[in-house]
Amino acid sequence: MRAILLLIGATLLAPPARAEVTLALSCGSVGIEARLCREGAEAWARDTGNHVTMISTPAGSSERLALYQQLLAARSGDIDVLQIDVVWPGILAAHLLDLSGALDAVARAEQFPAILANNTVAGRLVAMPWFTNAGVLYVRRDLLDQYHLPVPETWRQLTDTARRIQEAERAAGHARMWGFVFQGRAYEGLTVNALEWVNSHDGGTIVAPDGAITIDNPRAATALAQAAGWVGTIAPEGVLNYGEEEARGVFQSGNAVFMRNWPYAWPLVNAEDSPVRGRVAVALLPRGAGEGGRHSATLGGEQLAVSRYSRHPDEAVALVTYLTSRAEQKRRAITAALNPTIRDLYEDPEVLAANPFFGTLRGAFENAVARPSSVTAGRYNQVSAQFWNAVHTVLSDHGEAPAVLQRLARSLERVRRHGPW
Amino acid sequence: MSGRRLRSLAARALFALLLLVIVAYTVFPFFWAIVSSLKSGSALFSAELFPADPAWGNYAAVFRDRPFGRNILNSVVVAGSVVAVSLALGASAAFALGRVAFRGRGVMLAAILAVSMFPQVAVLSGLFELIRWLGLYNNLLSLVFSYLIFTLPFTVWVLTTFMREMPRELEEAAMIDGATPWVVLTRIFLPLMGPALATTGLLAFIAAWNEFLFALTFTLTDEMRTVPVAIALISGSSAFELPWGRIMAASVIVTVPLLVLVLVFQRRIVAGLMAGAVKG
Amino acid sequence: MVAPAARGLSALALERRRAAWLFLVPMVVTVLLVAGWPLARTIWFSLTDARLDDTAAPAFIGLENYAWLIQDPDWWNAVRNTVSFAIVSVSLETLLGLVIALALNERMRGRGLLRAAMLIPWAIPTVVSAQMWGWMLHDQVGVVNEALLALGVIARPLAFTADPDLALWAVVAVDVWKTTPFMALLILAALQLLPGEIYEAAEIDGLGPVGRFFRLTLPLIRPALMVAVIFRALDALRVFDLMYVLTGNSAATASMSVYARQHLVDFQDVGFGSAAATGLFLVIAAATVLLVTLGRVRLGAAEDGR
Repeated sequence: MRAILLLIGATLLAPPARAEVTLALSCGSVGIEARLCREGAEAWARDTGNHVTMISTPAGSSERLALYQQLLAARSGDIDVLQIDVVWPGILAAHLLDLSGALDAVARAEQFPAILANNTVAGRLVAMPWFTNAGVLYVRRDLLDQYHLPVPETWRQLTDTARRIQEAERAAGHARMWGFVFQGRAYEGLTVNALEWVNSHDGGTIVAPDGAITIDNPRAATALAQAAGWVGTIAPEGVLNYGEEEARGVFQSGNAVFMRNWPYAWPLVNAEDSPVRGRVAVALLPRGAGEGGRHSATLGGEQLAVSRYSRHPDEAVALVTYLTSRAEQKRRAITAALNPTIRDLYEDPEVLAANPFFGTLRGAFENAVARPSSVTAGRYNQVSAQFWNAVHTVLSDHGEAPAVLQRLARSLERVRRHGPW
Repeated sequence: MSGRRLRSLAARALFALLLLVIVAYTVFPFFWAIVSSLKSGSALFSAELFPADPAWGNYAAVFRDRPFGRNILNSVVVAGSVVAVSLALGASAAFALGRVAFRGRGVMLAAILAVSMFPQVAVLSGLFELIRWLGLYNNLLSLVFSYLIFTLPFTVWVLTTFMREMPRELEEAAMIDGATPWVVLTRIFLPLMGPALATTGLLAFIAAWNEFLFALTFTLTDEMRTVPVAIALISGSSAFELPWGRIMAASVIVTVPLLVLVLVFQRRIVAGLMAGAVKG
Repeated sequence: MVAPAARGLSALALERRRAAWLFLVPMVVTVLLVAGWPLARTIWFSLTDARLDDTAAPAFIGLENYAWLIQDPDWWNAVRNTVSFAIVSVSLETLLGLVIALALNERMRGRGLLRAAMLIPWAIPTVVSAQMWGWMLHDQVGVVNEALLALGVIARPLAFTADPDLALWAVVAVDVWKTTPFMALLILAALQLLPGEIYEAAEIDGLGPVGRFFRLTLPLIRPALMVAVIFRALDALRVFDLMYVLTGNSAATASMSVYARQHLVDFQDVGFGSAAATGLFLVIAAATVLLVTLGRVRLGAAEDGR
């Protein structure tokens, strides 16, 4: 009975074939990002004669994921197109449409391979790359010049440089000066930071692409022990509870020489009222020591995906294709410094004119290392939580790196208890 | 001056000092919220007590970017309805539970309390399914409905406790006059329980007003959001950036009407007390 | 002789009972409607291997989730954190709430101001106040460190929320700040319902203010006080927002709710997360039984048998 009623209702409400459809789009709810998304969606709606409703979601990624899961698990068609974080394709894959058909070979070749690989789960491209992100090192250029020191190339140099400047500045009366701030709070951001340390020492990516648990290795232990040495010496103890904004707070107040952060901080530390305006440079994150040491930056960024429960999948895919197109990405790069996923846009003169630091970033993206989210799929968050808790233990000096990593590897085996990831 | 008077004076001074500390403890963060709401950009990272250059723009921005007025109205409607329903159901149930002896009373009180023992996140999915099934998704009714899960046990318990403390003579006198239980409840007990009703209602109102998780999950569009969600959705110009000034401005805006409400309610509490005193 | 009177009374009592059920039905139906399915579902899922990312129907696995739960040191750590948090914060809130309520109940100058001031913390949404305190307690740019440094209480900034030993105290301080008004208001309501005559009698008996409080006031407001304590304890044992915002997902400082949420939502392990939620329920139920017994809260038949 209910089905029949629904059917009648659907027939009555269903639009005639040629008329427009209304899509619900959830993209960044954040300031200029939200504005750009709305403008893009409205342009598409005008061109195609459809409607797009904007859904605002929490800015915190954990809360947003929870909301998406709630809706998708209920097979709700309330959101057609969703903006998803770089680590979610594996988690949400079962609820998302395959977008392979919307990306031909030419378009595929233009993208960063790391991102495409990250967004492909079991052969299905479940999310279209939209804009990307990678960790970079913010440097107080003026202080380096003043003490005649170069931009650090390795983590060891960073440690030494930070200590020297910190001591000199404190001796000169700047009591609050610190060498280095990063994201050390027990949350996803710590996984991001620690993966950079580990990977730059050639210590792998926690779980290898084939599913093997690789984190228990001496190079990873070296990397973490080094980071633990920073806390309380060149980094404030409070760094153990810093997220992105807390770190920026310290750096932007002029109280740190180096900061690891995302590119979003660039326009902010250079804002009119910023005490460090014009005195900051962006560099690649340092290399690890020894053989196999390399620059590495954890991949971040956002993708667009289409819900399997969308009532208008064709239109939804068209909207995604439009929003992730070269023209849109370029527009977004120029107006809001959102980093394109199409590689040659980093050589586009108009884009470079608007964002001179994009040259450095491209290097960061080429070196970008993805978190093991595709291979661990639905268990990624659990793997990541185990990892960040282990790292936090080492950083807060509650355990020695080798022992902690050994324990971590064992408990990751337990997480995997139902067979291959 | 006798030693006793001196001692009592000292005690009173100490008491006043304690109150002063308590007031500072409770008020300072709000003062800090106001100060922060007048800062923008890098000033937020400094601890100066009085911003040199107050940024009033934060207040305007709150209303410009989102239907914040509508959000406040939503919260008022939801919290008001929740309180009305909870007090009505709670008071009648409290009369039965507090004044009439029957088998299974303790079990029932315990069962009602048990509802409050599950974490919110555990009942979230079940409520979500229920709300979709009832067709209340993205509707303010869904919030009124779901908030009863925490306001009802609370109102029932508190009102039952106060109902028990009512003097028995009043009820007996009324019953001799042939009054029905309904009349006893509405004409005798409820007016006497003014302070208790006002307090319970106020606490339930604020609990509903501040609820975040259900409100985020059961509504979808900006027009249906309530205040805490609207505030949590205020965001900076890029990911990770927290627009602290505007969040604080919004918090100050929604706290002030609540304080006015509290003052009105407080007057009622005193009024209830005096009415009780006259009758008692 | 006696029989008719007795029958008359019991008829009256029967009628009262019928009326009582009529009074109860709307509330009971509403509670069942709202809470029945969500609670039953949680308990059922705790016995299955349900996952969010798996669209297949969940399979019944008996008590396996609970077996995993009691083996997990993180869970017991969360239980310890939560219980110590609840004990400390509820005791402090009860004490402070009593002081404030007694003060508000006195006739004194500035009472209205004090009342309004007291309610501010309770009126600010928790999502906001938790973040606000997070900033205020920031080790480098926070105003609390600034103030303590200026007063000379500490020599260098403390990392309140980063240091696991300090973090619990920071969370307690914020919780006390936030929910003391709840206590104070409920106690105040109880105080205002007390008849004035008993104090007049006490005055004649020559009881001092302290004696009056312990001999008269406290016993009389005990039922209301205990209900307030029970509900505060329930809330404190389910503490979520504060821990989550102030200390993140760190396993070292997680509460039981944070643990349950992590498994239910972040790890998509609906089965295990439901088991954790049910475990949390059992812990709270035990605590409530303890409170009800110790506080001699009347649940069942009243002594006069009416």
